[in-house]
Amino acid sequence: MAGTKTTTGAPTDVTQKHNQGGIGESTLRPDGTLKVTGEFAYSSDMWHEDMLWGQTLRSTVAHAEIVSIDTSEALAMAGVYAVLTYDDLPAEMKNYGLEIQDTPVLAHGKVRHHGEPVALVAADHPETARRAAAKIKIEYRELPVITDEASALAEDAVLVHEGRDDEYIEWVSHPNIVHNQPIIRGNAEEAAKKADFVVKGEYTFGMQDQAFLGPESGLAVPAEDGGVDLYVATQWLHSDLEQIAPVLGLPEEKVRMTLSGVGGAFGGREDISMQIHACLLALRTGKPVKIVYNRFESFFGHVHRHPAKLYYEHGATKDGKLTHMKCRIVLDGGAYASASPAVVGNASSLSAGPYVIDDVDIEAVALYTNNPPCGAMRGFGAVQACFAYEAQMDKLADEVGMDRVEFRQLNAMEQGTIMPTGQPVDSPAPVAEILRRVKARPLPPERQWEVADGDADVRELPGGLSNTTHGEGVVRGVGYAVGIKNVGFSEGFDDYSTAKVRMEVINGEPVATVHTAMAEVGQGGITVHAQIARTELGVQQVTIHPADTQVGSAGSTSASRQTYVTGGAVKNSCELVREKVLEIGRRKYGSYHPAWATAELLLEGGKVVTDGGEALADLAELLEGETVEIEAEWRHRPTVAFDKRTGQGNGHVQYSFAAHRAVVEVDTELGLVKVIELATAQDVGKALNPLSVVGQIQGGTTQGLGVAVMEEIVVDPKTAKVRNPSFTDYLIPTILDTPTIPVDVLELADPNAPYGLRGMGEAPTLSSTPAVLAAIRNATGLELNKTPVRPEHLTGT
Amino acid sequence: MRVNFTVNGRQQEADDVWEGESLLYVLRERMGLPGSKNACEQGECGSCTVRLDGVPVCSCLVAAGQAEGREVVTVEGLAGFAKQRAEHGGCASGACGSEGGTSLQAAQQWSAKGTDSQTGEGTELSPVQQAFIDAGAVQCGFCTPGLLVAADELLERNESPSDADIREALSGNLCRCTGYEKILDAVRLAAARQGEAV
Repeated sequence: MAGTKTTTGAPTDVTQKHNQGGIGESTLRPDGTLKVTGEFAYSSDMWHEDMLWGQTLRSTVAHAEIVSIDTSEALAMAGVYAVLTYDDLPAEMKNYGLEIQDTPVLAHGKVRHHGEPVALVAADHPETARRAAAKIKIEYRELPVITDEASALAEDAVLVHEGRDDEYIEWVSHPNIVHNQPIIRGNAEEAAKKADFVVKGEYTFGMQDQAFLGPESGLAVPAEDGGVDLYVATQWLHSDLEQIAPVLGLPEEKVRMTLSGVGGAFGGREDISMQIHACLLALRTGKPVKIVYNRFESFFGHVHRHPAKLYYEHGATKDGKLTHMKCRIVLDGGAYASASPAVVGNASSLSAGPYVIDDVDIEAVALYTNNPPCGAMRGFGAVQACFAYEAQMDKLADEVGMDRVEFRQLNAMEQGTIMPTGQPVDSPAPVAEILRRVKARPLPPERQWEVADGDADVRELPGGLSNTTHGEGVVRGVGYAVGIKNVGFSEGFDDYSTAKVRMEVINGEPVATVHTAMAEVGQGGITVHAQIARTELGVQQVTIHPADTQVGSAGSTSASRQTYVTGGAVKNSCELVREKVLEIGRRKYGSYHPAWATAELLLEGGKVVTDGGEALADLAELLEGETVEIEAEWRHRPTVAFDKRTGQGNGHVQYSFAAHRAVVEVDTELGLVKVIELATAQDVGKALNPLSVVGQIQGGTTQGLGVAVMEEIVVDPKTAKVRNPSFTDYLIPTILDTPTIPVDVLELADPNAPYGLRGMGEAPTLSSTPAVLAAIRNATGLELNKTPVRPEHLTGT
Repeated sequence: MRVNFTVNGRQQEADDVWEGESLLYVLRERMGLPGSKNACEQGECGSCTVRLDGVPVCSCLVAAGQAEGREVVTVEGLAGFAKQRAEHGGCASGACGSEGGTSLQAAQQWSAKGTDSQTGEGTELSPVQQAFIDAGAVQCGFCTPGLLVAADELLERNESPSDADIREALSGNLCRCTGYEKILDAVRLAAARQGEAV
């Protein structure tokens, strides 16, 4: 692969070193063939005889009382089987939510954001369902909309949620604040006096959409026992289950969930979307019900990345040492809490970035407003902060008069640095090194667009195929950024995973089966599980059982945690299975060879071997007539909650670091940006599958590029209505917008993690955006404190 | 209404088609060919790309009735189509393609097989399909069918495309997972293998 280089750092311990197709190899995806032939069954491909199509009717206004709902005309339509509203909900529990159960399954008396579900229709054709939904008459009495901090915290502000009794309310100064997290360490006020230079900045981060390509969809099949089987694309089956069963009025064992093919996620499938609605319609009609959102509805069907206002102050001495940092981060959580409390925790605890700053005064808050609900998206609170602190670093370096990269390196954290939360960074933190690597890379040649006869290949220029410039007015800029992301669920959450591993002989060959509830969303977790099983069990053939709720929870496919935590669970269960297999071996063959009792035994190449390499038994023979199966939970080391007033506490499991160098060319006359190259370096601890690791880094980098120059859900500040819910108006990078992304992978083992690995899926999304912004500033000399950078910001028109 | 057309070389007849149904809907819901994907249904993302009389189109923007009497190739028929092309320089009607679709039962019973060779073994793939697997160009895979149809068409008319050519040809196909680098790698790989084979 051109431009890709893997560098190995400290070696990591691997129990079984010689097994083919094991960890560290770029084995190919087990679902690859199905995905290239079109046979892979995504949730929108599910089909059942007699199935009905479900349709959601959503509010056309952001904040209103519902005066009346008339479903009679819709119900009378031929082909319509059911129309449901709040009054049809079967259980006492009528709300759900990831952290706070504040989200109504269907609106009750009031809608709090544009596109909130109000009614459901099931019909025999999707178009019939759509037309029936359009015939439902809803009378709204509109309420004033809360759209920002000023309107949320105004003295006479309408409360988005009345009568809050959640665990966060006692710590917030206003009921329209979901959660706040201050972090105080040292004395920023005092330390500021040592500063020779102080830089203040105010930054605005736009609302980003996950824009996964496979829209929300699934199939609910009513079962004879009164329960329901649900096939759905999600990030965490068991979390869904905990939220679905109570509102259906069913015990969890009567809601059986199976993961169907997931067309990307990026945080957007952490919350419930169509799951409950499809189940309600299926249980009501007694028929299987399929719901598939179209792209328009998908923009309303999941939460987005929190837009944010960030206020920062940094100081430095004249020799370039950071003195202090103060910041306030205001995240717009929208109408429902979703993951806002955890996003606040991340934004505050990572707000200082990967730097040594002993004196900090930090506060992050998330608001309740009538804007679209915001929650999880790749990078989760750390993205917004990184955009702001990296802009600050450039400004401060310029004030001090230092090279921007050297300034960062001088202040870079390393192993042993204390975080603002008081938590020491206790594994490698090669921040200065990854910066060095992206800087050392040769710059791409200038004027690459030039072709023979002085003409230009417009595809290489800003504006591209629009043929807007042939090089006139085009200037180049280079920018750097680095970021820090936590790995796994933090703040005392019991972040465990479960793996069931079976070993048996099939057709004379030892076979391992790995069964977890991990949501494979495209990241390649199933590839890695098979690799781990091969490494630990010495088999070639590994079957990955479909993910469902018949096995214990695997936790969420988010927070860069699955390879660490479910990978750790698979490794652990394999080790337990291996012990059982060796016990069987000792029982059967122990008397024939002393090594069974004395040597360290490994499973390699389908055999039991001693650590000296002597083969003792064939697994196929040893396991004849035996099945070894173990289901076990596995936990990473525990964390604790941050103190509510000081933010102190060992709240994080692990950190992940990436750096980017962006090279851009800007058409200064039209304000168009072409990113020429986005080079990156990242420490991944151990690349279990190098090909997948590089793929994650490039994908995450590109999502950061999108935020920098094109992506934003635009919400009308007067009405709180979404103005661009389509791929025509919400732009994500195409292959023409995306540059070459050379990747430098470091492998510095984290001794606390399985195989030394470091969760790595999110870090590339952090530093990509500020690097591109820095490059555009470098090209244009403009301040640019907002994402995305639009043409008018560059031309001043 | 009734629509008669050729899908992956096989004559097909769809009954009770509502006039507003798209070619994509008919392929997915009436022909049992869900390989073409429904990611935006407004012609922006390219996930539903199929060949209509050889031309790559967004099947979500083609009314089913417009396919009357015409030839459609979907991702399910891509391997056969490419094989036919390699052998005969074109796809004779009725001679290439296979039936596709995944039943719920098949989906429930799906499991990964074998080892490294599990990807590719036993299934005949077109060069571009194999290259997408080998280069790591597939993550969630939702954009993959459309990209494969578009990339195959590019390689049909341009045996050794430059990077800029590849980017231009695939600029109508959105991918959210890969950052496109491995997709470029895959098309380069398929072109190189195609060149070696000649």
